Amino acid sequence: MIPLSHYLLLSLALFSIGVAGVLLRRSIIIVLMSLELIFNSINLSLVAFAHFLQSMTGRVFVVFTITVAAAEVAVGLAILVAVYRRRKTVYVEELNEMKH
Amino acid sequence: MEKLFFLIFAVIAIVSAIGVVSLRNPVHSAISLMVCFLQVAALFILLRSPFLAAVQVFIYVGAVVVLFLFAVMVLDLGKERFGGYLHHQRPIALVVVIGFVFVMGFTILHGSLDAPLGNYTEEALVKNTEIMGKLLFTKYVFPFEVVSFLLLIALIGAIVLAMKEKR
Amino acid sequence: MTTWLILFIPLISAVLITFVTRRQKDLSSYISIGAVVFCFILSIDPILNLLKHPHMEPIQQSFSWINIPGLHVEMGTLLDPLSILMLFVVTFVGSLIHIYSRGYMHGDPGFSRFFACLSLFIFSMFGIVLSNNFIQIFIFWELVGLSSYLLIGYYFEKPSASDASKKAFLVNRIGDFGFILGIFVLFQATGTFNFIEINHILEKGGIPDSTLYLAALLIFCGAVGKSAQFPLHVWLPDAMEGPTPVSALIHAATMVAAGVYLLARTALLYHLSPDAMEVVAYIGGFTALLAAVIAVAQNDIKRVVAYSTLSSLGYMVMAMGVGGMTAGMFYLTTHAFFKALLFLAAGSVIHAFHTQNIWEMGSAFKKVKTTGATFILGSLAMAGVFPFSGFWSKDEILTATFTSHHYFLFAIGILVAFISAFFMTRLVFVTFFGNERYHGHPHESPPVMTVPLIILAVFAVLSGFAGLPWFEPNFGTYIAGPSHGGHGEHGFNFFVAGLSTVVVLAGIALGYIIYCRELTKDPLEGNVLYKLAHNKFYFDEFYDNFIVAKIYNGIATICNFAEVNIIIHLFVNGFAYLTRESGKILRLTTTGKLQHYTLIMVAGVVALFLLFGAL
Repeated sequence: MIPLSHYLLLSLALFSIGVAGVLLRRSIIIVLMSLELIFNSINLSLVAFAHFLQSMTGRVFVVFTITVAAAEVAVGLAILVAVYRRRKTVYVEELNEMKH
Repeated sequence: MEKLFFLIFAVIAIVSAIGVVSLRNPVHSAISLMVCFLQVAALFILLRSPFLAAVQVFIYVGAVVVLFLFAVMVLDLGKERFGGYLHHQRPIALVVVIGFVFVMGFTILHGSLDAPLGNYTEEALVKNTEIMGKLLFTKYVFPFEVVSFLLLIALIGAIVLAMKEKR
Repeated sequence: MTTWLILFIPLISAVLITFVTRRQKDLSSYISIGAVVFCFILSIDPILNLLKHPHMEPIQQSFSWINIPGLHVEMGTLLDPLSILMLFVVTFVGSLIHIYSRGYMHGDPGFSRFFACLSLFIFSMFGIVLSNNFIQIFIFWELVGLSSYLLIGYYFEKPSASDASKKAFLVNRIGDFGFILGIFVLFQATGTFNFIEINHILEKGGIPDSTLYLAALLIFCGAVGKSAQFPLHVWLPDAMEGPTPVSALIHAATMVAAGVYLLARTALLYHLSPDAMEVVAYIGGFTALLAAVIAVAQNDIKRVVAYSTLSSLGYMVMAMGVGGMTAGMFYLTTHAFFKALLFLAAGSVIHAFHTQNIWEMGSAFKKVKTTGATFILGSLAMAGVFPFSGFWSKDEILTATFTSHHYFLFAIGILVAFISAFFMTRLVFVTFFGNERYHGHPHESPPVMTVPLIILAVFAVLSGFAGLPWFEPNFGTYIAGPSHGGHGEHGFNFFVAGLSTVVVLAGIALGYIIYCRELTKDPLEGNVLYKLAHNKFYFDEFYDNFIVAKIYNGIATICNFAEVNIIIHLFVNGFAYLTRESGKILRLTTTGKLQHYTLIMVAGVVALFLLFGAL
């Protein structure tokens, strides 16, 4: 039987890789993909906990998380398209309007 | 036997995840992301959650990755410039991420995060999907409605945002 | 319960007038008059009760206001003979003056404001009279100062009025500063603010004489300010800039008597500190003499009465100082009647002649008979002619001075009696008799003004009989109750009474000789003493040129320096500089780049785990 910590470590690995992607990549689309990775790692740990605590609630919660993630991707990509149309760039560091 | 499968899935998931963040071609990244999602779905089955595994495949692999691929193609991004695909803050970022891994790993291994393995009833394992469906439409019907409304909003929002501006 | 009602009805009236009935002038005045008359009716019950039980125990009703370890402050009321007497004086005189004001202030644009201020004043005065502890009396002491300020500056568009109100307020502040220090000294020594508890502790003894002396002198500072004793007497004559009813109510009958009341309240403290009593007595005597001399050389009818008030206050304080607590309170009561009468009658004269200068009146008696008659009765009482009220009360003070072997003060008292008789005669003859010097057609005031005058005149004539020395119980029986350290009555001394009668008659005769003829200006003009007195012995000039110019401006220079350099340059500009510069540095962190923010966020998570995590 696989202990809970294994799942959590895997989740941590995926999460960290996702964070590294967010921090390191310049392309906004890769950043969005990294965000999806982070989402998945969280889902994984949620399901693992639900499994080990014998709870259905955790699983139902994952359904909601996945739905919200899908919504987020849809809106995020739409924003990306809109930004690209206007600025002709997908590099995050060139989008620094928040400074002013 | 289960451990072997876990190892296989975990290794493939990690490798493909690294692929997502390190490959230069966004299309390759998207494909890698899809592989990773599939492994997570397989892990869900190991965790006795076939319904979630199906949802994972449908939504992530079927919808999200496809969306990404569409975006890449619509925008015609191509490869990022050579040497310039990584952000200039990478030394600090790497230190921080490694620190994060250490901190969290230490917490997982030495903390009190371990929980006792529960013994599921046979019904919960066999009729997983049925039980989830019942729960979603009885106990969790209100969050379910909220989330569906959220999806509707996201749908409309995405359309509005991506619409070509009228001149 | 009744006492609380008495205390708060005037406040309710003031609030009501200010916020609701401001525009309905008549209604405002009726509310104010109704409030004070109702209070008078309510206070009849305690008075009757006192008359039935001459040696009543003080009734206290209080609740805890501030209660922390080492400090217990109450809000409460205290009914004892002293406060009941003051309650009677304030409500009775106050009611009459309120009614009179309706006539006097008729047609004034600030009619409602005037009555709101009067109600506020009555509320504050009740607070002083009824309070059972020092903190409360101090609060109401200041409130009285505030309402006095508002009423002196009632015609605030007149620069002299607004200056006078500021002067009154500031001069009072000096005295009040001493007062609150005195309260603290006493609190330090006894650990309580409550009058009765303080008296118990004082009776037990054990407090060093020096502390008592200091406390007594500092508390006396408060009385000096409020009762306008030398050297803080300068505000009272200027306070005559206010409307005449205000002068009558606040600056003659009630508020300025608060200082004397305070001395009576703390009589035991002074009783235990004879040195402080000497100071009180001599300051009182000196003020009485000084003011009487100044009063001789004034030409403004209100100012003459004002200086006579000062002189009377000096008399009362002197009585307190020689241990004649009963005599002082008796004089305070009769003085309230005849001085309010004098002021109101003077106001009626001013109302008729539209001037305050007595040399522009003359032969007024023919035109304003009621006013003139009441004024003359008031003057006789003030001068202390047998058998008017002033005679009995002044006699008690003189007897107290004489029997306590203060022969020098006794001489001053006799001298002041002489001068008072003289200047009151001068005032009466110059104003009401002699040749006609007025212009226009003066007419008698309406009944709403004359009826209070008549009532007050009755009291001015008869109230002295309450203190007849030969009968028991008389005034002194009630006031010198068991809870006070006063000496009680001093009996009747035929030598003193005879001497004062002779002296008063001499003063009147001298006044008659000098002033009862055709005059256009004062025959004493040109005299050096007259000039000095006319210019009030140059106290105002001294204060202006020395205290204000040197000390005040010196302090102003220091304050200005401190303000410009420390507050403006160091604090204001310094903080602005600090903010701007730190902002410049912190601005570097807002790069506007998403991934910088994310990095900081993740680093924050790591840091939090390192600090608080289960590592």
